[in-house]
Amino acid sequence: MINLTASIWVGALEQGLLYGVMVLGVYITFRVLDFPDLTVDGSFTLGGAVAARLIYSGYSPWLATFMGLAAGLIAGLCTGLLHTKVRIAPLLAGILMMIALYSINLRVMGGKSMLSLLRIDTVFTDITLLGIPKQLVVITLGLAFIIVICYLMFVFLQTEVGLALRATGDNEQMIRSLGVNTHYSKVVGLSLGNGLVGLSGALVAQYQSFSDAGMGIGMIVVGLASVIMGEVVIGNKTLRRTLIAVVIGSIIYRIVITFVMRIGLPATDLKLFTAVLVILAMAMPIVKEKLPAGKASER
Amino acid sequence: MLSLQGLKKTFNPGSINAKIALNELSLELKPGDFVCIIGGNGAGKSTLLNSIAGAFPVDRGKIVIDGQNVENQPEYARASFIGRVFQDPMMGTAASMTIEENLAMAVKRGSRRCLRRAISSQDRVFFSEQLSLLGLGLENRLSTRVGLLSGGQRQALTLLMATLVPPKLLLLDEHIASLDPGTAQIVLDLTQKIVSKEKLTTLMVTHNMEDALSIGNRTIMMHEGQIILDLTDKQRKNMSITDLLDMFKNASGVSMANDRMLLAN
Repeated sequence: MINLTASIWVGALEQGLLYGVMVLGVYITFRVLDFPDLTVDGSFTLGGAVAARLIYSGYSPWLATFMGLAAGLIAGLCTGLLHTKVRIAPLLAGILMMIALYSINLRVMGGKSMLSLLRIDTVFTDITLLGIPKQLVVITLGLAFIIVICYLMFVFLQTEVGLALRATGDNEQMIRSLGVNTHYSKVVGLSLGNGLVGLSGALVAQYQSFSDAGMGIGMIVVGLASVIMGEVVIGNKTLRRTLIAVVIGSIIYRIVITFVMRIGLPATDLKLFTAVLVILAMAMPIVKEKLPAGKASER
Repeated sequence: MLSLQGLKKTFNPGSINAKIALNELSLELKPGDFVCIIGGNGAGKSTLLNSIAGAFPVDRGKIVIDGQNVENQPEYARASFIGRVFQDPMMGTAASMTIEENLAMAVKRGSRRCLRRAISSQDRVFFSEQLSLLGLGLENRLSTRVGLLSGGQRQALTLLMATLVPPKLLLLDEHIASLDPGTAQIVLDLTQKIVSKEKLTTLMVTHNMEDALSIGNRTIMMHEGQIILDLTDKQRKNMSITDLLDMFKNASGVSMANDRMLLAN
């Protein structure tokens, strides 16, 4: 009984790490670029679909995982071009890509809405061969991915290009007057963000041993919920802290989800629950302002 | 250094809201000219600066900076020639980033940005030196987020950022108008100090008649998208504020002395 409960929380941690890669991607588009990018719903599935199809066809799961990343990158690139070259508003550009990707994902999976990877080698079974105990395989690999990605992001966001990217989300007019082509930085940011989302999709598909056309639905909201919760709990004073916060946020989200399912919420209500979670987090500042009337007026 | 030939810009062309903001405007600036631009609301002062900077394309006319035609270049490309300070102190800096990060972005104006670490320890020394010239104590707050600074501090920082790599042309669009009088004076003094040290060619829009006559070496008055008065050294010295306001009235048939200008005096 104790073992069973423990394994559930381990599951939450595993998912928190694997989906954490997606949350880091959402952090790039949503927070760094200030671009509400709905492509995420499609590019997550795309990453999963591409990886699953390649693994299914006998390619190395590592190559397949990498191709999931590349596919997400291209999806983000398209959204970026739609926005900068065709001048479609951010939300609509994302929605268009999301819808287009739905059909593309079905094609990638050979017209099927689901592709099973049962009893096929994945990156996780691959590293079991290295002698890592079975229970720790996902956590080890997830943690390795998260650490490498966080480190690369930490370094990248402090390079000359990285600063330009952050400034594009902060004050576009200003960074343009300092000689940065903000169209370029938006395309770069959207590509990188969706690349990570695709990578996460590829890892999650292997983790759950299947990819399906609906696995990305609501992913952007999950990403937002995780980013917001992480920032509330850990804070966002420095870049290092924010990156850690984003990952912790992803883990907290999975723990919360696990908890509400344990107390009996049906799985089908999870998306509603996630949406409400985001709405509550968004409403917090307003509620804080209105509730303690005395404190607010003192300011 | 700057040559504008027959600039024309109409907003909302073809509609009932059509507004001719620049009407065949021409202007020549010698290297080191520091020009103050005055004029009533809607005279086209900001449009002029925005046109030069490339915020929008002009309908007609030539913009030549240091011998190079720039009217077809996008804003970010022209940035290698131009330093800008905006009226709104929030406009010129990135609030969520630190002082040193903002300076690091400014130091790259006009050169390629690479995947190199943006701030080295040498940079920090240089930034501190430059910040200490402002005399606002910012040199000890390199890693403070700019959003925590006051409007005046941010505007002084923007000024430093615009001139950190000396531009061929410095555009100041009422950059002290939204500051309190004390801070405005500090930023204005800094402006004069930096401009004279680097011998920058400068266009400064102002609403303060006294400043317009005392700062720089040339005063231009705009009305309905045209330059209606162009005063250089000698003429300028003999001009009083009352004369200037009268001249505006005579030239345009409209009194320019609105509340804001009177208060500014």
